Amino acid sequence: MIELSAVTKTFGANRVLRGVDLILPRGQSMVVIGGSGTGKSVLLKCILGLVRPDAGRITLDGEDVAKAERDAFLARFGMLFQGGALFDSLRVWENVAFRLMRGAKAMPPDAARAIALEKLRRVGLTPAVADQYPAELSGGMQKRVGLARAIAAEPEIIFFDEPTTGLDPIMSGVINALIREIVVEMGATAMTITHDMSSVRAIADRVAMLHAGVIQWTGPVADMDAAPDPYLQQFIHGRADGPIESVR
Amino acid sequence: MIAAALASIGRPVLAGLAAVGRVARFAGEAITHLIRPPFYLREFGHSLLQIGWFSLPVVGLTALFTGGALALQIYSGGARFNAESVVPSIVAIGMARELGPVLGGLMVAARVASSIAAEIGTMKVTEQIDALVTLSTNPMKYLVVPRVLAATLAVPVLVAVGDSIGIMGGWLVGITRLDFNSAGYLKTTTDFLETWDVASGMIKGAAFGFIVALMGCYFGMNSARGAQGVGAATKSAVVAASVLILAANYLLTEVFFTS
Repeated sequence: MIELSAVTKTFGANRVLRGVDLILPRGQSMVVIGGSGTGKSVLLKCILGLVRPDAGRITLDGEDVAKAERDAFLARFGMLFQGGALFDSLRVWENVAFRLMRGAKAMPPDAARAIALEKLRRVGLTPAVADQYPAELSGGMQKRVGLARAIAAEPEIIFFDEPTTGLDPIMSGVINALIREIVVEMGATAMTITHDMSSVRAIADRVAMLHAGVIQWTGPVADMDAAPDPYLQQFIHGRADGPIESVR
Repeated sequence: MIAAALASIGRPVLAGLAAVGRVARFAGEAITHLIRPPFYLREFGHSLLQIGWFSLPVVGLTALFTGGALALQIYSGGARFNAESVVPSIVAIGMARELGPVLGGLMVAARVASSIAAEIGTMKVTEQIDALVTLSTNPMKYLVVPRVLAATLAVPVLVAVGDSIGIMGGWLVGITRLDFNSAGYLKTTTDFLETWDVASGMIKGAAFGFIVALMGCYFGMNSARGAQGVGAATKSAVVAASVLILAANYLLTEVFFTS
């Protein structure tokens, strides 16, 4: 279980997170929604330790993440970055097998390549892609490779940062379905950041809405449409009128 | 009024000192990672190839033309007091002690510091460095250490090769344009050139290589967002590396040759 208590983060004069309280139960798929620039990615990065919060506490299974042994802590996570964040200088299979070939439990390249090919197959890519470089792939294929990399070491917790941004609706549907299948199949705990409502409905067990630096609403996805919160309703229906200012 | 004037002087001074502190801390961190495993040999080999082997043409051509021009200058200057015969020895000493390392260092700065800063800066803005961290890989070890080590080892070799090509450039001009005897030119060169002349230039090369890679990595890792951020990081890396090479050259020359 991941628990955030009163987490704050400021960049210069911009108070991005103003006291975030959130619980992500083990084995659940949580989707964090919210407008652009509301600090959703910062929230993920705070959990992973890529950004240090100014105040507050983040725990993983009761252990303060700031005090956790970094390698062991990060070994429990997989992450799909918004733009894929694939390493340009490495072939596709080397990207997927990156973690497998490093660290105390490093595998020989042949074994790591075999796992990489299996994970690529799992996300619908053929072995022919394995020896290409990321720049040779389309945006949708890069997302799939990023997804394969995120699940390669079979992590307990997977983060997805805007998994469908920049993709056409069909490819978005494919990625959403893959994420849901993989999370269920692996029994992983997942946190997804998006403002794509089709992703929310496809991926989420629970939804949390981040607005003005705090969690505005959180609950099961089934309760989302009936929730009385005007901020949530404006966001999920994409209305220009409402309590959320359209010009931010 | 006085306080405002002092503040206007103090602010940039403090900012400058803070920047020096950040670079020094970055350098210290890079050096400590240099001696602690894990070591990424494949990345080191790749960096060695990129920094050393692929810089050879530009360093070689620079040295060739510089050696030739130096021979012409010394000949024409030496003619004022009938000292044309010093051309071989001055070309050799000038190339080995000063021009080889400094011009080689500056050419490597232009080629390598810019390339490292642009590559790492792009990795930063496209979240590849964050991805490295989430994959339990320390960016200092994976990106910075191989480049710094490769540059520190490769640039002295480049300097030695550049020295040889520069001396050859002087020899070519000497025998084709200045009526020197080929064997005599080479004998004067070897008679006057001392081991320390070459070694001091190579030590300078190692220092310059370290500076070049360190500046490329530092500005790349601290690149601001977007194309403009990467462009600014690239420019800053080249400018800082070039200025630091010239400053370090002066300091090393003081240490090596004035005692």
